[in-house]
Amino acid sequence: MKSTINYIAEIFRAIWSLLTGMKVTAKYFFTPWNNVTQQYPENRDTLVMFDRFRGEVIMPHNENNEHKCTGCGICEINCPNGSIEIISKSIVNEEGKKKRIIDQHIYHLAMCTFCNLCVKTCPSEAIVMGQKFEHAYWNRTSMTKVLNQPGSKIMEGIKE
Amino acid sequence: MAEIKIITTDEIKTDEYLVNMGPQHPSTHGVLRLLVKLEGEIVHNVEPHVGYIHSGIEKMTEALSYPQIIHLTDRMDYLSAHMNNEAVCLCIENALQVEVPERVKYIRTIFDELQRLASHQLWWCASGMDLGALTAFFYGLRDREDILDIFEETCGARLTLNYSVPGGVMFDIHPNFQSKVKAFIKKFRKTLPEYDKLLTGNIIFQNRTKGVGVLSKEDAIAFGVTGPTGRASGFSCDVRKHHPYSAYPYIKFDEKLGTDGDSFMRWKLRMDEMWESLNIIEQLIDNIPEGDIAVKMKGVIKLPEGEFYQRVETGRGEFGVYIVSDGKKNPYRVKFRSPGFSNLFTINHIAKNWKIADLVAIMATFDLVIPDIDR
Ligand code: SF4
Ligand code: SF4
Repeated sequence: MKSTINYIAEIFRAIWSLLTGMKVTAKYFFTPWNNVTQQYPENRDTLVMFDRFRGEVIMPHNENNEHKCTGCGICEINCPNGSIEIISKSIVNEEGKKKRIIDQHIYHLAMCTFCNLCVKTCPSEAIVMGQKFEHAYWNRTSMTKVLNQPGSKIMEGIKE
Repeated sequence: MAEIKIITTDEIKTDEYLVNMGPQHPSTHGVLRLLVKLEGEIVHNVEPHVGYIHSGIEKMTEALSYPQIIHLTDRMDYLSAHMNNEAVCLCIENALQVEVPERVKYIRTIFDELQRLASHQLWWCASGMDLGALTAFFYGLRDREDILDIFEETCGARLTLNYSVPGGVMFDIHPNFQSKVKAFIKKFRKTLPEYDKLLTGNIIFQNRTKGVGVLSKEDAIAFGVTGPTGRASGFSCDVRKHHPYSAYPYIKFDEKLGTDGDSFMRWKLRMDEMWESLNIIEQLIDNIPEGDIAVKMKGVIKLPEGEFYQRVETGRGEFGVYIVSDGKKNPYRVKFRSPGFSNLFTINHIAKNWKIADLVAIMATFDLVIPDIDR
């Protein structure tokens, strides 16, 4: 007799426990504004990433097409996986002195792990982390970027 | 004591057969292959085969400088990324005998606990899914999103944080950090009881986990099982309590201990740990001292000759970093003691004579992260 009562009580307890769970689900079912998913590709225009978001390495240029990179190569040394290649060239400046400047700052996006070490160690703060995160490309070569824009030169007053 | 031996085909009795669970099985949470010897539905032997996602991180570190090593440790136990980072940083700081500012200690500890919460949330939802509760998966991920947003705002990454650097942290906390964490705690204190209502009290769930896969305290110690899995068996092994680091000496918290050591206890223990993490963060969040976020380190960090070890408590147990240095800028040898590896190899011992569905329940409550096992 006792086992039968226990058995039936167990069934009711089981149903009750399931209903408790269902109550939580029902609460969110009827109050969907509590948990709204981001409508991602649709909200692209309004989507703002956090300022510190590490999407890619970029080199900001000012309106005169000038950047701050001296071509010192510190970022290249600090990058753990060889995502950065610095190609420098020597020029002769107005005073007739020989000088090494940056020719190409090559950035392999496909190899980058977004560790931020290059940005952190760059002595002239020439590179920063950009907010773009949609990095799907049709071919691999477009993932290799030259960060300094064509025809750009170094800003005045940046110490070498 | 269980020992793992290679099964050859002539050893298999007529009624037994071998089944591969994994490497592409949804409930192994990654590429883990379990070679299961079954008789009908009864498990007779489980043989874990690891190495499918071996990335050679320990070897890679020998070619990298010390600040560069840290970002690789994100990729081992990716759910405890910050604790792994911190372990390497603490090891380097101990070797160089650098005292980090108080502010750094507080920030690191808050991040540890947030990361532990995020890790346990993901464990909760994923193991709920393993046991047939798909709703849990969405609820857990929804709440985890809040923590990841906090991480993203302060350090720019959601999963692979790389936030600790030798001597401090990479960025100062974001001005919104404190208010956001407090808002999160307030919200999560309301949603955490829902987790219990949804699953812990659920009769199907209880029947599947209570008494299943009992790991005794003696075995937990013998196998070196740490973390919530070991504590559920009553093995007091919390590194935060026994070898406190960062800001853990300054705060009061309980080390939760279980008694039964079954799957339900492991489940319950992690739920309790989430409450405890909330308490820890609340003690720290208003008291972050002012100060620097890093001590100035040399451009090229060279560790003195010798051997250095540091352990931390991650979401899964004791994580250890062992660095052998020969005085150069790269380590001579690095060894990571990962909690998942020791925890996994008890599985043959405790899953024996249970049904194959119970093996899934045991795996779910073990909280395995496969890159952590393989490194
Ligand atoms: S980006 Fe910075 S670190 Fe890299 S070469 Fe230019 S100035 Fe040097
Ligand atoms: S973010 Fe890290 S991996 Fe990427 S280019 Fe900079 S240093 Fe290299």
